[in-house]
Amino acid sequence: MSRLSSSGPQTADAPTPEDAFHETAALSDRDREPRHGAAADGPMLAADGTPLKKSLARALRAQKLRALALIAPLLIFVLVTFIAPIADMLFRSIENQIVQDTLPRTTAVVQDWNPDTGEPPSEAVYEALYRDLFLAAEARRHTRLGQRLNYEETGMSSLFRGTGRDVDDFGEANVETLEDLDDRWEEAAFWVELTSGEGGEGVVDAARERYMRLADLSSRSPLGDVWCAVKGVFAETCDVAPEDVDLGFSLSGTFAETFPRTAEAYAEFAVFMALEEGETVADDEPWEAVYVALDQDLRALSPEELAAYDGPNADALRAAQEALAEVPPVDFRAAFLNSDEDWADIDNWRTIQTYSPPYTTGYFLNAVDMQKTPEGPALRDADERIYGLLFQRTMFMSLVITFSCILLGYPVAWILANLPMRQANLLLILVLLPFWTSLLVRTSAWKVMLQQQGVINDVLVWLGLVADESRLIMINNQFGTIVAMTHILLPFMILPLYSVMQTIPPSYLRAAKSLGATNWTAFWRVYFPQTVPGIGAGSILVFILAIGYYITPEIVGGTTGTFISNRIAYHISSSLNWGLAAALGTILLVVVLVLYWAYDKIVGIDNVKLGG
Amino acid sequence: MNREPDLAATDTQEAFVAFERVQKSYDGETLVVKDLNLDMPKGEFLTMLGPSGSGKTTCLMMLAGFETATHGEIKLGGKPINNIPPHKRGIGMVFQNYALFPHMTVAENLSFPLEVRKISKSEREEKIRRALDMVQMGEFGGRRPAQLSGGQQQRIALARALVFEPELVLMDEPLGALDKQLREHMQFEITNLAHELGITVVYVTHDQTEALTMSDRVAVFNDGKIQQLAAPDVLYESPENSFVAQFIGENNTLLGTIKEIRNEYAVVELDDGELIDCKPVNVSKPGERTLISIRPERVEFNKERLQEGAHTLKAEVLEFIYMGDIFRTRLRVAGKDDFIIKTRNAPDQRRLKPGEQIEIGWLPDDCRALDA
Repeated sequence: MSRLSSSGPQTADAPTPEDAFHETAALSDRDREPRHGAAADGPMLAADGTPLKKSLARALRAQKLRALALIAPLLIFVLVTFIAPIADMLFRSIENQIVQDTLPRTTAVVQDWNPDTGEPPSEAVYEALYRDLFLAAEARRHTRLGQRLNYEETGMSSLFRGTGRDVDDFGEANVETLEDLDDRWEEAAFWVELTSGEGGEGVVDAARERYMRLADLSSRSPLGDVWCAVKGVFAETCDVAPEDVDLGFSLSGTFAETFPRTAEAYAEFAVFMALEEGETVADDEPWEAVYVALDQDLRALSPEELAAYDGPNADALRAAQEALAEVPPVDFRAAFLNSDEDWADIDNWRTIQTYSPPYTTGYFLNAVDMQKTPEGPALRDADERIYGLLFQRTMFMSLVITFSCILLGYPVAWILANLPMRQANLLLILVLLPFWTSLLVRTSAWKVMLQQQGVINDVLVWLGLVADESRLIMINNQFGTIVAMTHILLPFMILPLYSVMQTIPPSYLRAAKSLGATNWTAFWRVYFPQTVPGIGAGSILVFILAIGYYITPEIVGGTTGTFISNRIAYHISSSLNWGLAAALGTILLVVVLVLYWAYDKIVGIDNVKLGG
Repeated sequence: MNREPDLAATDTQEAFVAFERVQKSYDGETLVVKDLNLDMPKGEFLTMLGPSGSGKTTCLMMLAGFETATHGEIKLGGKPINNIPPHKRGIGMVFQNYALFPHMTVAENLSFPLEVRKISKSEREEKIRRALDMVQMGEFGGRRPAQLSGGQQQRIALARALVFEPELVLMDEPLGALDKQLREHMQFEITNLAHELGITVVYVTHDQTEALTMSDRVAVFNDGKIQQLAAPDVLYESPENSFVAQFIGENNTLLGTIKEIRNEYAVVELDDGELIDCKPVNVSKPGERTLISIRPERVEFNKERLQEGAHTLKAEVLEFIYMGDIFRTRLRVAGKDDFIIKTRNAPDQRRLKPGEQIEIGWLPDDCRALDA
């Protein structure tokens, strides 16, 4: 061999295959020594001395990267359009930030209240609620919170809506006293002069953050910055991000120190004007909450302390303090009770307190027919439990549908697998035909078939099997749902069964018969066990599809044949209780995953065959 | 390997397996099996040999009961079995792809025919053990078929077909999927087993070597008919028609016309005018077209070894192929370029050179004049 290579175009010192062989032999000789020695129990080494695992990983890296690049478009698409929204949706099942975002001050102080005393919370809580609710009402966000709390305690929605209308008038006497005292209090410019200065940025920023959370305004992400930069290249402008909007106002640090409540309220007013109205504080006189806050602040200060204040318009402030001393302080609790007596209701306050934290198990408890009580989670009253029943019904009906599909699909798949190719293909098209027909059409067809004046009843009456006055009720109940869904999901059972049966050669059955088995024994002991993977695959498909089915039960299910998914849809689109819908959805997802896991343990997911 | 078949017994005893005027059609238009008659004595190893589509597998399937005969009767042990379902026929069968049940272990596969026969557990175990030992697979009882090699699966399939002690075993190209060496080994084992156990075997193959080495008798199928049914040596040395001659072994053929038939020999005039002596087989009168067939190893170019007065033909050496044990030389004879002769690689053997002009001849008995 070496003779041949030396006569070829290769130069004499070029490595020949034989040289390579010798080299390998020499290498393996060299390697043999340490392997028996100290390195014997170390990792296997490659020719250059690096661990074999490492060099293998390096060699495969390019391959892996290429594979990743190939799936990347789909992966990103699925992540962005599917996984992320679902994750966000599921997150809503525990998310409860709306209470804290809308009532930041109230939720902070109400924690100290002990509901067991039987007394409503203290004045401080009502005051905090006033300040929160005033801003929320101006931003028209209080109804959303009312709706949210209404899921937990009926009546909260109207409570918030009603008081939201009245909250402007709280402390009316005190506000009017101020305005009557000096016309300047009604001038926007006067207020600007009073509060402007340097050093109050902290208060303003806190107000801005509070408002952004209240109004669900999100700050711009780095990605948004990039996008805006790109738009800038094409001479297009982005809207200014809420955190960057110029308020046209700067709060005085001294003022904020001396009049903390007023500064806070005025800062909120400034943020609201800028972010919501696109104006500045100079354009309008402040809202009532600022006057009420000033009233509070002035009462908190002694005349001496106020005398020490040397900011602008200090004289007006001193006059105001004197005038306000003549009127009683604002009684927030009375104001709230005046608006709606339910504000004295312990249960309402307990609800607010219970749902103050940003995360809650409330939705999940609700989804399993439980509720939060002072004694911890407890089952609801028997007549209020619906979800347990719905879950049970969903499971049961899905199982029935799966079994019906096996019973109906198995013989069809067998025929398909044993017919000559041409006829099998024709039949397969018939099996697939439903896939090309709209789901809605197929379901509606069942409605026509099954209803009391429908085709089947007509035929039965005509045959005399059923009396005209006692036509069978086959729709808008469980029966209708099972029939329609079995029909719709049947292809999902037939196709995996068919593809598995196709791979079973007929010689197995022949062999079994030649060994003395009857037709039934040959089928049951030889053929059937080999189709179990197909049954498994079909059952998983059908069951998982059935458990989350929505349209068909909605149309033909009536009240007794609806699934949990119909309830989820109701909460998504009608009651707008997305948190509960998400909790129900999460439970459904977990149930499916648990079933999948159990199936893997019992049958083994490797045994599932969808084809080949 | 060829054993003398106990043909005498066939005549006296009732045949164990009998096909009587059996016909089979799948589509009602063409006959796949045409008027098949076949008698098999007990203990015979009979091979059905033929090209694909010749009807041999159909015959086997009719015997097993998976196909029904369109016409005629199949008898087993003297009783007609046309209406007996396959599972009641008690015939062991080995399939081409082994058909071992993939979801059962080897032992369970072997246990299956015993279980359906309601044989007690201890007896079952004993039989399974014996069957596995018989095919030297005693340690593989717990394995699944997928964990075995092709040859091992083959042995298990064999053991399964034998474990319930059938008197008749059918084998449908059982060695088709094995490599050459293993195939030869298994051929030997199967024949040995069959004779040791005294079972009757119907073996289907399209491999003529397999047929020749294993069988007591070979039935050569073509076109739905048995072309010749004979012992392997008879089949090889005295083919009765040109199909058998060409299908079994390598064969040189020359076309010609019968010039005269005298005594037991015929003189054939080849198409280029040369004359040769042949043994007439299925030709009868002068003037008839004939295909003469000569086995490559029976052609002689050493004049000393030829019979006195034998006709010889001129030949030109075209190619000499060294094959180790034999030399294979391709000649041009009577205008044909594919005339092959085989010579033994012996020390005194001459190696022909391409371009050499030689004369070839043969014993008239080795040259058979068949139908054209």
